[in-house]
Amino acid sequence: MAVEVQLPGALREHAGGERSLTVEGAATVGDVFDRLGSSHPALARRIRDEQGALRRHVNVYLGDNDVRDGDGLATAVHDGDVLLVLPSIAGG
Amino acid sequence: MTDHTTEDSPLSDGRSRLPGMDRTLLAIGTRKGLWLARSDDGRATWQVDGPHFPMQAVYAVAVDTRGDRPRVLVGADSPHWGPSVFRSDDLGASWQETEQGALHFPEDTGATLTRVWQLAPGRPEEPDVVWAGAEPSTVWRSEDRGETFELMRGLWDHPDRPSWQPGFGGMAVHTVLPDPRESDRVLVAMSAGGVYTTHDGGASWTSSNHGLEAYFMADRYPAFGQCVHKVARDADDPSRLYLQNHGGVEGCEQPGVYRSDDGGATWEPHAKGLPETTFGFAVVAHPSRGGTAWLFPLVADGERWPHGGHAAVYRTTDAAESWHECSTGLPDGLYAAVLRDALSADDADPAGLYLGTRSGSVYASRDEGESWSEVVRDLPDVLVVRAATVG
Repeated sequence: MAVEVQLPGALREHAGGERSLTVEGAATVGDVFDRLGSSHPALARRIRDEQGALRRHVNVYLGDNDVRDGDGLATAVHDGDVLLVLPSIAGG
Repeated sequence: MTDHTTEDSPLSDGRSRLPGMDRTLLAIGTRKGLWLARSDDGRATWQVDGPHFPMQAVYAVAVDTRGDRPRVLVGADSPHWGPSVFRSDDLGASWQETEQGALHFPEDTGATLTRVWQLAPGRPEEPDVVWAGAEPSTVWRSEDRGETFELMRGLWDHPDRPSWQPGFGGMAVHTVLPDPRESDRVLVAMSAGGVYTTHDGGASWTSSNHGLEAYFMADRYPAFGQCVHKVARDADDPSRLYLQNHGGVEGCEQPGVYRSDDGGATWEPHAKGLPETTFGFAVVAHPSRGGTAWLFPLVADGERWPHGGHAAVYRTTDAAESWHECSTGLPDGLYAAVLRDALSADDADPAGLYLGTRSGSVYASRDEGESWSEVVRDLPDVLVVRAATVG
């Protein structure tokens, strides 16, 4: 079960230069970032803080939906889903 | 522009580096990145490159010259992606960071790191020890030259913590001063909690603010809670300290500049020769000569610029018994502040002094503050300057 995580330009250097990464075996958005924390820790900690919360000015979309408008990190993910990580305009 | 001279390359204008011409590295941390200035001609001229870490706020820099190779440590934070500590062992040609983050709060604290405010190399006898001060107000210690840090739980769990208040810039430990005599003794300062000291390597901490005024509190001389801006340790007598407080303005009983002769246990005002009001952020001690220190006074918390826009550093050579203006080469018409870490000295003799303004200019002095020349202008808001001889 694979989920694609698409990354903004500012984070690609922490993903080996890749625009997106594929994460296997995750059931929720939080799982996806947990697994990224193992494979790409410098990337993952730029998306979530050390307590596991999404950084305040980082937005994550599942399809067209901001996960914060739903179940947040507990949002379920399915095979073929695409997560889009974007910097919030409120952050500057 | 990326332009830095290497060990074997000539000076930028084609001259060869003469024997005895040390290389000086000046690191300039700003609100939008880090700039590095290098001088190979005795600090007469500078080559500047940057920005490194574009659009990240660089509050903390250390140029650690204790090891075989100098290590530059940088605390940078992005409003989106959070804070990190970067290190370079090649004077800024390349940077590394610890994958998991050099500083990260343990899960049981429930806290998250906002930013690193201070990176302070430890005693020369402990070349792998580096201290960090951070926001929220915490002290951290590294034993691997800044690659990983341990939270000092004694200060994290301090009973005073619930009463600490943020200063205008945040609630942070901005000053960390290891005692050169003993590895277990460290003095820190925070806004706004005041001065704290440890005598057991960070396991326990005691507030140390006797005599310091907190004019913004009902009890003007509380045990803690002062908004101490910066503390510097005398080069000859480690028990002697110079302090710039949030004070010395209308409504205060005391000036904003103090000295302690007992390791911070007690503080007395020492402002003779300073302007009428003695607000400010920075205080710097000479790196090797006792009794010498520098300040950059500002008018007030309500007027954060030098008096009359006349930029001036004040120097003492008699351990703060008196202060004297040094302003040759500094601008008139400066209506910007110099922040607590934007005034610093290098490790040379005579000491070089460096000053960065919130209007993005950096000045350097080769004669211990007597005269100044511009290094660079039009940078973002300068937050920190640090310089050292690196070759």
